[in-house]
Parts: sequence; structure tokens; C-alpha cells
Amino acid sequence: MKIKTFSIGGIHPDENKLTHEVPTQSAPLPTQAIFPLSQHIGAPAKPVVKKGDFVKVGTLIAEAGGFVSAPIYSSVSGIVLKIDTAIDATGYRKPAIFINVEGDEWEPSIDRTEKLELVKDHPELTPEEIVNRIKLGGVTGMGGAGFPTFIKLCPPPKAKAECVIINAVECEPYITADYRLMMEHSDEILVGLELLMKAAKVTRGYIGIEINKPAAIKLLKQKCNEVFCNSDYKVEVVPLQQRYPQGGEKQLVDAVIGRQVPAPPAIPVNVGAIVQNVGTAYAVYEAVMKHKPLIERYTTVTGKKLSKPANYLVRIGTPMLQLIDLCGGMPEDDNKVLAGGPMMGKALTSTEVPICKGTNAVTILSGDEARRRTPAPCIRCAKCVSACPMGLEPYLLAKLSAFKEWERAERNDIVSCIECGSCQFTCPAHRPLLDNIRLGKSTVMGIIKSRQIK
Amino acid sequence: MNSIIIAVVILGGIAFVAAIVLFVCSKKFAVFEDPRIARVNELLPGANCGGCGFAGCNAMAEALVKESDKGSIEGISCPVGGAEVMSQVANLLGMTVANGEPQVAVIRCNGTCENRPRISQYVGLRTCAAMNACGAGETACGYGCLGCGDCVNACQFDALHMNEETGLPEVDENKCVTCGACVKACPRHIIELRKKGPKNRRVFVSCVNRDKGAIAMKACKSACIGCGKCAKECQFEAITIEENLSYIDFTKCRLCKKCVAICPTKAIQAVNFPLPKNTEVKKEVEA
Amino acid sequence: MKQLIVSLSPHAHGNDSVERNMYGVIIALIPALLVSFVYFGIGSIVVCLSSVIACVFFEWFIAKYVMGRQTCSILDGSAALTGLLLGMNLPSNLPIWIVIIGALFAIGVAKMTFGGLGNNIFNPALVGRCVLLVAFPAQMTSWPQPGQLWQYTDAVTGATPLSIMKQAIQTGDAAVLDQLPDAFHLLLGNHSIGGGAGTIGEICGLALLLGLAFMLWRRIITWHIPVSIIATVFLFSTVMHIINPIYADPTTVILSGGLLLGAIFMATDYVTSPMTARGQLVYGVCIGLLTIVIRNWGSYPEGMSFAILIMNAFTPLINNYMKPKRFGEEIKK
Repeated sequence: MKIKTFSIGGIHPDENKLTHEVPTQSAPLPTQAIFPLSQHIGAPAKPVVKKGDFVKVGTLIAEAGGFVSAPIYSSVSGIVLKIDTAIDATGYRKPAIFINVEGDEWEPSIDRTEKLELVKDHPELTPEEIVNRIKLGGVTGMGGAGFPTFIKLCPPPKAKAECVIINAVECEPYITADYRLMMEHSDEILVGLELLMKAAKVTRGYIGIEINKPAAIKLLKQKCNEVFCNSDYKVEVVPLQQRYPQGGEKQLVDAVIGRQVPAPPAIPVNVGAIVQNVGTAYAVYEAVMKHKPLIERYTTVTGKKLSKPANYLVRIGTPMLQLIDLCGGMPEDDNKVLAGGPMMGKALTSTEVPICKGTNAVTILSGDEARRRTPAPCIRCAKCVSACPMGLEPYLLAKLSAFKEWERAERNDIVSCIECGSCQFTCPAHRPLLDNIRLGKSTVMGIIKSRQIK
Repeated sequence: MNSIIIAVVILGGIAFVAAIVLFVCSKKFAVFEDPRIARVNELLPGANCGGCGFAGCNAMAEALVKESDKGSIEGISCPVGGAEVMSQVANLLGMTVANGEPQVAVIRCNGTCENRPRISQYVGLRTCAAMNACGAGETACGYGCLGCGDCVNACQFDALHMNEETGLPEVDENKCVTCGACVKACPRHIIELRKKGPKNRRVFVSCVNRDKGAIAMKACKSACIGCGKCAKECQFEAITIEENLSYIDFTKCRLCKKCVAICPTKAIQAVNFPLPKNTEVKKEVEA
Repeated sequence: MKQLIVSLSPHAHGNDSVERNMYGVIIALIPALLVSFVYFGIGSIVVCLSSVIACVFFEWFIAKYVMGRQTCSILDGSAALTGLLLGMNLPSNLPIWIVIIGALFAIGVAKMTFGGLGNNIFNPALVGRCVLLVAFPAQMTSWPQPGQLWQYTDAVTGATPLSIMKQAIQTGDAAVLDQLPDAFHLLLGNHSIGGGAGTIGEICGLALLLGLAFMLWRRIITWHIPVSIIATVFLFSTVMHIINPIYADPTTVILSGGLLLGAIFMATDYVTSPMTARGQLVYGVCIGLLTIVIRNWGSYPEGMSFAILIMNAFTPLINNYMKPKRFGEEIKK
């Protein structure tokens, strides 16, 4: 059988999965944890603690600041030092809560046992109750974008969900956090998927995994057969051909169920799919079954020049520098530190930036990898056009953005761009295509918004 | 002879038919244009520079006529023609135009290479907009000038230039027509149109950093730290402090320069004042 | 602490480069070049070498002294490629001074006046060739017979397959076509039996197809343009051959003249060809049609260069109307 993948464009970057077979370790507690108030898409959370308060692991420190928002819980126990500004992954100073760590005292409501809770043993879990617990647990998308999870489970009135797709693709080079999670907590992930399906009131589930992770495919297939053989839920593990950006929501829906999400403002649920990251499924399990809010996450710390790249289970709020030191310290070279992988990650100006809910990796690129090559004139080779997974013309959009021709850019569907970077990756002239397109996209989206207000 | 007649008849016939087609088209597809638009357009300089914010002089003329029907043409002004042209236009349209005091673009950042150490190396597309989207830029200041010259590129009048030594743009006061293109182009909103002042003398806060004092100070030696000394010193209530940042209202400022002397970080700048005598003496000694 | 490097994503690059593509095409031309050395000997070496050197020199000279550019782009291989393609489109007995004039037009007029690499509208090598064809029709239409290894400008000339085809059409006598070498010989380039003269590059179809395979394997070009041109020519000439046998059979039409050289190396030039797969198909089909129209009913025996140049002019228009299929444009059922 032909192995599935998405239908347009795509590239195949070097995998560099250095930490595939490195078992996850628990990172030591930081001495000071920093919690930026906007770790998710939407309104920043509002602090509910003040300077000098004592907090435990799992204490609410900031509540949701609006409908599209998520609460933040302390991942450490200690004393609130201050509510000030800290540089976060955007590169700017944003409000954040600083906590000085003292001991490791947990909220008693959190179930810290290893026992696997099954959905069938908890009849009190109605779909509404699950959504509510996810909302209270502060669970957001763990793949990077950080969209609050509960909103995805309440589709807009016209759309009807038909299936839940678990995104276990991990198509970014270097990152292995999701893979380790699958290998180490497959049972919990499947319970999490069942909870998500119950909450979304669907019976079909898919788990999309790229074929460069055969062990995970085998393990999950076997577990699926055991768990779901006599249940109403039908779950299928879908092996996918390796291709970037398969982990993009729209590409994944296309690859797994063969439906294409129309241009924005349509979202995957308009074609009946709810996409959740595999890390999110695990976080959902913990939030619903163990009453444990999102305070820890799997993160890969990696880089070719790092002496000991590794996967960590790390408390949210831990400064990245501490993790880098655990892996052997910053390499002696010109470095680029990324929150995320090399295709979509944000380059950081400081290593004091804390791990947030969506930080799936800390990647360190060194030397020539860190630099960009000098751009040359466009030779119109059309490689960007064939690489674009959205069927756009990056060379044209970049040119129109550079010349500020917003109307033409809009007519050429600049807002459909998913900023995956395939065009720039493939450009033989090393042109900063996405830099230009990204600016053009945000400007055009601003223009469209102001037009709607009128 | 015969052939000449045939040619004349044929060509004349074609000309006649073409004339009819042209006549019909010009009647049928005629677009009504307010005659005032053409007259306003004549008054405008015709440089089509876009400095007013419209696509060209004709677009501005259309906008002027449209706005005058609504009752006011305030807010639209021709930077090239200046007050003179605008008063003519106002006369034509029967409007009054607020004759504002002459203004000039002011760069509110003094983060020179010396004052503001570089903490990172930016390797992407060299425009301020891209750098702004990437983070705080090459320095620790998330508010100040990025130094890629988007404003210089936006200026149609050659009034802005990058100073290589400081890494900051500089305004040529004689060329600036206050079109505001640079104000729009700057992603950090550093540039402000301020009163030109008597003899071009101005006092302004050359910083827009809203971080707390200690953080701002660490990022840049000449940052406003929001200490409030200037506001206390000012007798005319021209200075306000908001979010750790001082702002001088140019409509209230009387150019007494007391704030300049008291500012601990030299964030407040006074330009085009004659040098006080003692500094001149000092300079001579240094020389 | 050392300064960290920052930029917007993506932070990885696929290691493709302009040089890799340009030199890749040059490598793809090597089989055809070697075959031409075997058939045309010293003449082909002199013409190709002088053309490459002249093109690189003009690129460097114009960029540096006329346009005043600080950085010089002669090492990216684009000028050398233009030179090589120009050389391969010329007869092997052409005097050096004519080659140099061709190179001047190719680089100076067709490329640098538009702003250098990436900005030219027309394929520089073809502009050079067509200027020479119009300016020096006698020298440009005398084709030496293959097999004269040590003769240069004094080589004995002979008929090309295209001139035989033209003769058949003009005389209306299908028997003239019997002088044509058979398809097997056209493919291998063993033209010593007569009627097989031609430009330096077009002599061996197999070598050109090898180049195509190499470029497809290295992903330098996609299949759309060459395949659409060759398929169109095949269909169109089959129809013409069936209607009237004075038009040559399709295999011979494809293997003779500059058709393969043009379809594989000239029409696929990055700068002057359309950007989308759909556009490239339209472009290829139009080139195929125009080539046959010019060959069969035009005054020149060869139509490939003109067809490509005409379609070069339409490339911006094709780019404007032929958009790629957007993701989610039509919802799959």
C-alpha cells in the first residue's frame, strides 16, 4: 500500500534526530522559576498571587484573562518574588511571575501515583466535565502554537466534528520529545485520546506518525488493538511518509483523511477534524484523570555541538540556560538558540528565557548552521513554488511584500501562508523569502481586519 | 487619379466611422467628475510624491473635495506646497484651514552604538520591520531605534539619513516637509512630528523606553528611567511621566531647559541652542 | 558571554545553491560536448571555448565597469553556462570573431541591460544565436560534415536533416526524405553517412537525453517543459505526416535539428520560463506548436530558437494567469 502524505509541495530536511534513543530524564528543580503570563494564543493570564505569597506545586498563580486564554499554575513550590517583566520567546519583555523555589511541596489534590486510570472506571466524566477539567487544567496545544485546547473541542455552531486526529508526526528536524513521550507513556496517550474523542462526541480517532519512527508505530498499533478492540471507538494508527510540514494542522488532515481545509478563516473542524498534539493528549490525561494541571512537559535539548543532547521532563518556568548546562553547556562558537526546531523555532536573544507550555525543544545551532548565507538575486527557478505546501507563489508574495503592494499580495492569497519556511529552505539563492512574506501577511491581515470593522 | 479617389474615400470612410465610434463611446462611457477636483488638482504641486498619504495629487484632490462636502478638510495637507497651497485650496472649496505652526520630524532615540551595547547579532532581512518581528533587535532595548533605515527609505524628500557613527537616522530640518511617511514606516514609533520651535530650538525626551529604570539603564546609558526629576523641575506642567517614560508636551514647553540640566541620563535633548559659555571654554581646554 | 545570533525562522537551509544548479546544467551538457568533439574535432573546441571565455569576460567587464557593481557574479556559473549553450548552438566552422559578437549580444544586450542574472526576459544564449543568424546568414547556415577532426573554418559543409526536410516540403516530393539518416543514427549521432550535419550541440540525441536524465535526477529541472514540448511536437508532426507524407515522420522530426537541445536545455532556462507547473505545460505546448509551424511553413528550416524566444515574451503573462492550485481550493470528496 502506498504510504500516505499530504498532496502539495513539501520538503525533506535532514532529520538530525540526535536524541531518538535517549530515555527521558527528569530535569532538576530550578532555583528560580519564571512564568510569562502569555504562554498561549489569546489574552494574557491575570495574576492571582502577590509578592511574598507561598505557593505549592499546582497552585493557581494566574487565571484565564478572557475566553481565549488559559490559567497558569505554579510548577514549583516557593515564594513569589515579584511580578515583573521578563524576556520571553518573542524577544520582548512581557509580564511574568517570578517564584523563588523552596522545597518541592505539591498540592494534595494532585494524584501522583503511577496507576493508569481508564475512562470506563470514571462514569462521572461527561463530555462537558472533560472539557471543563481541560479548561481548568490550563492545557494548551503542546506543539508550539499554544492554542487553548478546550476551545478546539467546542467547534463553532456550523461545523461538526467527525474525528480526532492525534498529531504524532514530529516532522521538525532535531526534536524527539513527542517520540520519547510515545515510547514511555503510550497507555496514557491512548486514554487521553479516548477522553478527547468523548469530549468532542466522536467515535473515530487517528494517530498520524511518520515512518521514521517505526518503534512508535508498532507500539501504538499493538496498544490500540488491545485498548480499543471491544469499544465503540475506532482508532487507527496512520503511518505517514516523511515530509515537512506534515505536522501542520492542514497538511496532517489532508494526509490522514484526505480532506483539504479551505483558505482562512476555515479551520480543520470545518472539514470535520479536530487535531491535537500527542503531548496535548498526555496533558489531557493528566489534567482530567490525575487532577494535575499543565506544569511539566517533555522537551528535547539538542544541537550538533552539544556534548550531551537529551530529552527532559521539565517543570514549566525553568530557564533554558539550566537545561543547556545539563547537556554540557553552550558550545564554544557562534550560537543560535532556538525555542523549538530549526524550521519554525524562535531565535532567542537570551538564554534566561523560561520553558513555556509550548516549548517542545531547545535547539542550539552553531557555527555556519547558525548563520544565513548572503542572498543572491532570484533566478526564478520556481523551486519555492513547487515546495510550497499551500500552493502559493512565495517568490511573488515576497516581492509584493517588499514593494508594499498589499492589494496584489492579498489577491495572491498571502494570508493562506502557514509560515512553514519550506520556500526559504529550498531557495538556491538564499533569499529571505519568508521574512518578507511574514511581514506582508501580518500587514494584509491588519488591512482585512480594519476593513471588517468598517 | 482614380486610385487616389478610392484611397481618399476609403480612408475618409474609416475616419468617419472611427469618429462616430469615439463620439458614442465618449458619451456612453463618460464618467462624471466633479469639476472642482480638476481645479484643486491644478493648485497642487503635481509632484505625485505621495507625501500626503494619497496615491498622488489627483487622489488627494478627490479626497479634499469629498471631505469638503462633509464639512471639513482638516487633517489633509500637502507637505510640499505647505500652508500656502492649502490656504488656496481652502479658499477654492470655501473651507477654513487651521494654519498650524511649522513642524519637523524628531527622532526620539539616542541609543548610539556607544550608549547601547549590542547583545545579539541579527542575520535576517535587513529592514526594521523584519527585525522588529524577530524580537528586541540587536540591543537589549525593546523600544529603541533598530537602525535598518526603514524611515530613510520611506522619506521621499531626502530629509533622513543614517549616521554611520551612531547607527541612528538624522533629520535634515531644511528638507523635512513633515509628511509623516517616516512616522508610519517606523515599527517602533520613535519618530514624532513636533513643533519646529522658535529659531528651530526644541527640547524633547530622546527616548521611548517604557521599561523600569534599572532595566532601561542596563540596556542603554541614555535611556529615560522615569525618575520624574524633570516633571518636578518643570514650572509649566509640560512634562508628564507615564509607564516609566517622560514626555514633554511641546505646546506647553517654554524652552527653559531646566529639565535638560537635571536629567541624570541625558535623555532630554535641547537642539539648536547656542552653546553656554562655560562649555565652550571646556571644549577649548580639551582641544 | 558571546553574542547570540538571531533571525526569523526558518533557521535551516537545504544547501541548494545557484552554483549547484548552474554547474549541474554544465555537467549535464558534458556528454553532448564530448560527442561533438568526436564528430567536429578542433572546430567545436575552439567555438565552445571562445564562447565561454567571451561570455564570462563580458559579464565581468560589464558588471564591474559599466554597472559599477562591487560584487562580481562570474563565479556562479551562469555566464559560463550561457557561453556554453551559445557555443553549442553554433556551427563548428564559425570564425572566432563572430562567436565573440554573439557573446556580446547574449551577455551585454540580452542579460546585463535588464539588470543581470534573474532579470532578463529572453534567453541570452538564444538571443546571441538569433542575432548571429540574422546578421551572418551565410556563415550561420553552412554546416560542416561531421568527421573532419582537424579542419576548422575550412571544413567541408553538408546538408542538415532540417534542410532536407525543408527541401521535401518546398518541392512537394516525399522521395527527398529518403536522404535523411534513419532514427537510430540520429539518436546516436553517427552521421558519417551524409545528411547529418548540424550545430555543435544537436548532433547526438542520446547524449542530450542523458543530460536530461541527470538534471531530473539532481532535481535541477522538472519534467514539465521538455516532456510537453516533445509530446506536442510528436503529436503535431504525426498528424502532419499522416495528412501529407512530404512532412517527415515524427521520430525523425524530434531527433533532428535543435529540438532536443532546445527542449532540454534552452526552454528550461530558469529565468525565462514560467514559474508554475501548469504554466510550464502551457509554455511547452506552445513552443512545440510554434516550432513545427515555423519548420513546416516558415522560411527558416529551424524553428526552435524563435519559438522559445517568442514564448519567453509570453512568460510574464503565463505567470500572471497560470496560478498553482491552492491548498483547499476544491474540497476533495
